[in-house]
Amino acid sequence: MLIINLLGFVLIGLIIWWFWLYKPDTTAVTKGTVPITVENGVYSPAQVHVQAGEPIILSFVRKDSSPCSAIVQFDDLGLSEELPLNKAREIKFDALTPGKYPFSCQMQMYRGELIVEGPNNE
Amino acid sequence: MSSNSPNIEKTLLIDGAGCASCVGKIEGALLEVTGVQKASMNFAQRTVLVTGDVVDHDLIRAVENVGYQASFVDQTDQDLLVEKEKSEAAYYHRLMREMTIALSLGVPLMIYGMFIGEMTVSTNMERIAWAIVGLLTLGIMYFSGRHFYIGAWKSFQNHSANMDTLIALGTGTAWIYSMVVVFAPDAVPLMARHVYFEATAMIIGLIDLGLALEIKARGRTSEAIKRLIGLQPKNARVIRDGEEIDIPIEDVVLDDQLRIRPGEKIPVDGIVIEGSTSVDESMLTGEPMPVEKAAGDEVVAGTINKSGTVIFKATRVGKDTALAQIIEMVKRAQNSKPSIGRLADVISGYFVPVVMIIAILSALAWLNFGPAPAVAFAIVSATTVLIIACPCALGLATPMSVMVGVGKAAEAGVLIRNGEALQTASKISAMILDKTGTITEGSPQVTEIQLTGDHKEEDILRLAASLESGSEHPLALSIVESAKAQGFTLSKVTNFNAIAGHGVEGEVDGSTLLFGNEKLMEERSISINHHIADAQRMASEAQTPMYLAINGQLAAIIAVSDPIKKDSVEAVKRLQANGIRVVMLTGDNRATAKAVAEKVGITEFVAEVLPEDKSNKVEELQAQGEIVGMTGDGINDAPALAQANVGFAIGTGTDVAIESADITLMRGSLHGLADAIAISKATLRNIKQNLFGAFIYNVAGIPFAAGVLYPFFGLLLSPVIAGAAMAFSSLTVVSNANRLRLFKASEH
Repeated sequence: MLIINLLGFVLIGLIIWWFWLYKPDTTAVTKGTVPITVENGVYSPAQVHVQAGEPIILSFVRKDSSPCSAIVQFDDLGLSEELPLNKAREIKFDALTPGKYPFSCQMQMYRGELIVEGPNNE
Repeated sequence: MSSNSPNIEKTLLIDGAGCASCVGKIEGALLEVTGVQKASMNFAQRTVLVTGDVVDHDLIRAVENVGYQASFVDQTDQDLLVEKEKSEAAYYHRLMREMTIALSLGVPLMIYGMFIGEMTVSTNMERIAWAIVGLLTLGIMYFSGRHFYIGAWKSFQNHSANMDTLIALGTGTAWIYSMVVVFAPDAVPLMARHVYFEATAMIIGLIDLGLALEIKARGRTSEAIKRLIGLQPKNARVIRDGEEIDIPIEDVVLDDQLRIRPGEKIPVDGIVIEGSTSVDESMLTGEPMPVEKAAGDEVVAGTINKSGTVIFKATRVGKDTALAQIIEMVKRAQNSKPSIGRLADVISGYFVPVVMIIAILSALAWLNFGPAPAVAFAIVSATTVLIIACPCALGLATPMSVMVGVGKAAEAGVLIRNGEALQTASKISAMILDKTGTITEGSPQVTEIQLTGDHKEEDILRLAASLESGSEHPLALSIVESAKAQGFTLSKVTNFNAIAGHGVEGEVDGSTLLFGNEKLMEERSISINHHIADAQRMASEAQTPMYLAINGQLAAIIAVSDPIKKDSVEAVKRLQANGIRVVMLTGDNRATAKAVAEKVGITEFVAEVLPEDKSNKVEELQAQGEIVGMTGDGINDAPALAQANVGFAIGTGTDVAIESADITLMRGSLHGLADAIAISKATLRNIKQNLFGAFIYNVAGIPFAAGVLYPFFGLLLSPVIAGAAMAFSSLTVVSNANRLRLFKASEH
């Protein structure tokens, strides 16, 4: 019984680590147009790193026909865009200030982040 | 889910392709772009249809590299809508098919378990039978529930968890446990050798059903925008080279002349150049009365020509028409989220892992403290917790209501910029109304001329109008218009001087004229003593009196009056009945202001306000703790509109290019204000109901599923019931939002 309880708590620890504490490796800074596929409950890539001060285009292609994924919203930027099925919908961002700009579907099930890095923040 | 065949189609418009041989070159260049599967050019239309998974810019660059220009063809709203409906219909049918397959196994199994036999494994025969059922269930999981497992796995890889995660874990746990019972019964105590295949099949079927019904219900939430998109006709009849031809609406260009016959929809915005008619604009402005149109008047796309035939010149086409802009604005607003939804978003973000942890804790609690067979109880409670939790309902609560509310407002001729404006509008406690053009028609007319010297009335009007022809003041305009209407020819004015806030002076036909208010006369020492009473009487009748002095002698008092809009009184009453403090602001004199305020039933007003002071008044009310709405014409009032918590612009007809306002009323009536506030309140109430319902559902459902009631009442929820509850909780949210469609703003 002790082992089972321990296993349970280890599992809880793993959940906390995997979903909350884990910080993915910083991916390379991207420029220009970044294609993002919307499928199977995820945006891929879910994290986009860009340099501050440079315009960027996120090109969303929705391949998931569930209506949940039909809208992508950038809450902090007050922006939302409808994504047609199997078509690219480009969202252009002019030079953003450094910071994290999360984006999600309306129900917060699809989640992603646009990370704008400052000049000193490599 | 077609990850292997991304058949994205894009249409490129090619510029500079003059010969048929270009076709091969362009197609070749496009085919070399990574991801392009097919590129076929229609030379006649100068378009290329590209199929594949590509980035737009790469395509354009590829065409440019071979020496041509390319741009993307904008899809019309109608095309997008048709496509969206098609894909939703396909998704609905797929879910219904998957649901049928899942329930065709789940329902008989459940009936067997409830009425016929035990779903336990004790004999070898039973083991074989249940093994077959287990494999059938696996088939169901593959055919009907594959999308849950793929979604769960993909988001797991991405360190995120969603609805799919919960469903996959819940159904997976039930199935794996059952298979263990079948294939390794010795691993579980005798009493716990129960299989739960029916739970897996039923949950998948019920959730598919819930999703399918949700799609149907969601479709209804966007009815308002569909109706707006449907207003756009497909064809237009243009007159080119003296011939009338029918062409698709996309091909209409600026300055095209179009002919419209009775009963037809107006295809693009324009100005009437020939003929007269009446036009039904109710679909855009909510104004029920048809509007008369003659040469020089504007017509707007999507409205219906009622009686006559007119020819008009196109002034705005494609995405620039008022209708297209309205559609765009409504769409954006419908997709935006008011801050009330933020908390739910934060909760949803942590929700799924938290539920997973609760499921584990609940299983551990049963294993440690539960009665025999503890392991069966643990599995049932963990599965039920995973299945009953529904972050979807929480996430859907706000957007669904906003979608319906914003659409509902658009139907009433009220354009709401975004969800935040909708939320703030519901809390407005004070409303500032500008007098001119908001409460009144905004087109003053000369209503009375009182002679005080020996001049004739027509001379007075002609002289005053001649003098005022140099002024830009709205009252000046009304005098000029009145004189012109009576057929007077105006004389030239010399030495013209406008005295801000007071009036004007100048010389006309050799006479020195001074025209303005009481202060101006006093400053110039012109005796008006005997006539102040007349002026006061005029002011008390809501007219604006102005003194005209000719060569230093008072010659007449000219009264101008701006008629009050016929429904302003009713609309102000509606606002007050909703507990809103109504304040009128005007640059006009106190007596006139008082008269107008009294006529419309406003007790609080501020007169003689300079335009730049309007925003101070807004601040003043805000300092008193009011949530202030400001209504103005959107041009002079821009700073006040921006300062207010919610700025309302009164559109003149269908001119929606009003950028500084949070809410635009497309018809001139103040009823739009009361409608806007009523709809906002109803929407916010609806959002709150949804959020409350979704929150309570989860807060009450999860502990219930974990079995907190078992020690007291012996109650433990079945995973199948949990699946049904979850599937229908998001459907309930969408249906409740749909209830808003029945809301009648005019009754509030």
